[in-house]
Amino acid sequence: MKKVFKQAFLATVPVMTGYLVLGFGFGIVLKSNGYGILLAFLMSLLIYAGSMQYVAIGLLSGGASLITTALTTLMVNARHLFYGVSMLDKFKGTGKRKPYLIFALTDETYSLECAELPNVAEENRSDYYFLVSVLDHIYWITGSVLGAFAGSVLKFNTEGIDFALTALFITVFVEQWLSSKDHIPALVGVAASVLCLVIFGAESFLIPAMLVIALILCLYKGEKKNA
Amino acid sequence: MPDTYVWLTVAVIALITAALRFLPFMIFKSDSKTPKIIQKLSAVLPYAIMGMLVVYCLKDININSLSGFLPALISSAVVAGLHIWRRNTLLSIVSGTVCYMLMVQFIF
Repeated sequence: MKKVFKQAFLATVPVMTGYLVLGFGFGIVLKSNGYGILLAFLMSLLIYAGSMQYVAIGLLSGGASLITTALTTLMVNARHLFYGVSMLDKFKGTGKRKPYLIFALTDETYSLECAELPNVAEENRSDYYFLVSVLDHIYWITGSVLGAFAGSVLKFNTEGIDFALTALFITVFVEQWLSSKDHIPALVGVAASVLCLVIFGAESFLIPAMLVIALILCLYKGEKKNA
Repeated sequence: MPDTYVWLTVAVIALITAALRFLPFMIFKSDSKTPKIIQKLSAVLPYAIMGMLVVYCLKDININSLSGFLPALISSAVVAGLHIWRRNTLLSIVSGTVCYMLMVQFIF
């Protein structure tokens, strides 16, 4: 267990940075809109979806209807359907922890758990996934509570801090690119998303992009062995 | 204490987010074998999704003015370049974020 914990902890260090920073930003913005530490804690514990929580502040302060809130959540978080699909087999045999692993499958946790894990023994996978999920969840809650607390004490310019999220995904993307021979799926993801962004606009391109990506990858045969 | 409206909004978001996360696991039950096409899809999806997430994060850049896209473009290049060079995730993220914050706060 000790060895697995060390492996899991080291793997989560980049997410720790991102989550403490982003959670902190979330807490500050939430506080500046007149909501408190308790709400920051509960949202991060129960919703646990970074970008959606930022969107939620706008919904709350704008007094959005529950229907609008429901539809917005569907649009912003539909990408989570994909994560489940690619973790179906990996989460087999995780027993009682499985519901939590599924609940806690955020973008960042997914980016760690979807990777190949050559250094983690097969019988330790369940422990590893669980520890990564719990650690990430703790970082996120800690960051947002600290942010909400700091928001009531000090003021400093956090503009641009949300780039940490972009940076995290770029590093994962580059890492996957460097460790894979077949670049077609990565290129399909980028090309389909850019195309749909141009056609459908920033607010509504995610769902069409997901459909196009799923369709192309279903038809995709994989790189020819001898090519 | 936040009022009922706040709690209801948080509950709706929490429930729908969880439903989206659980749905694939409910459709493809763990005791039955995962269909071939889904297995195949799950092997290549991570690569495509990361590409999609990068585009998603950069979706609000505006190509009609320099300040609308230069900070994000330069910082993204810093992250990617540093990562190809050093392959140190922490270094790449912190450098890129600091670079972006300095640019949006002091230059553009």
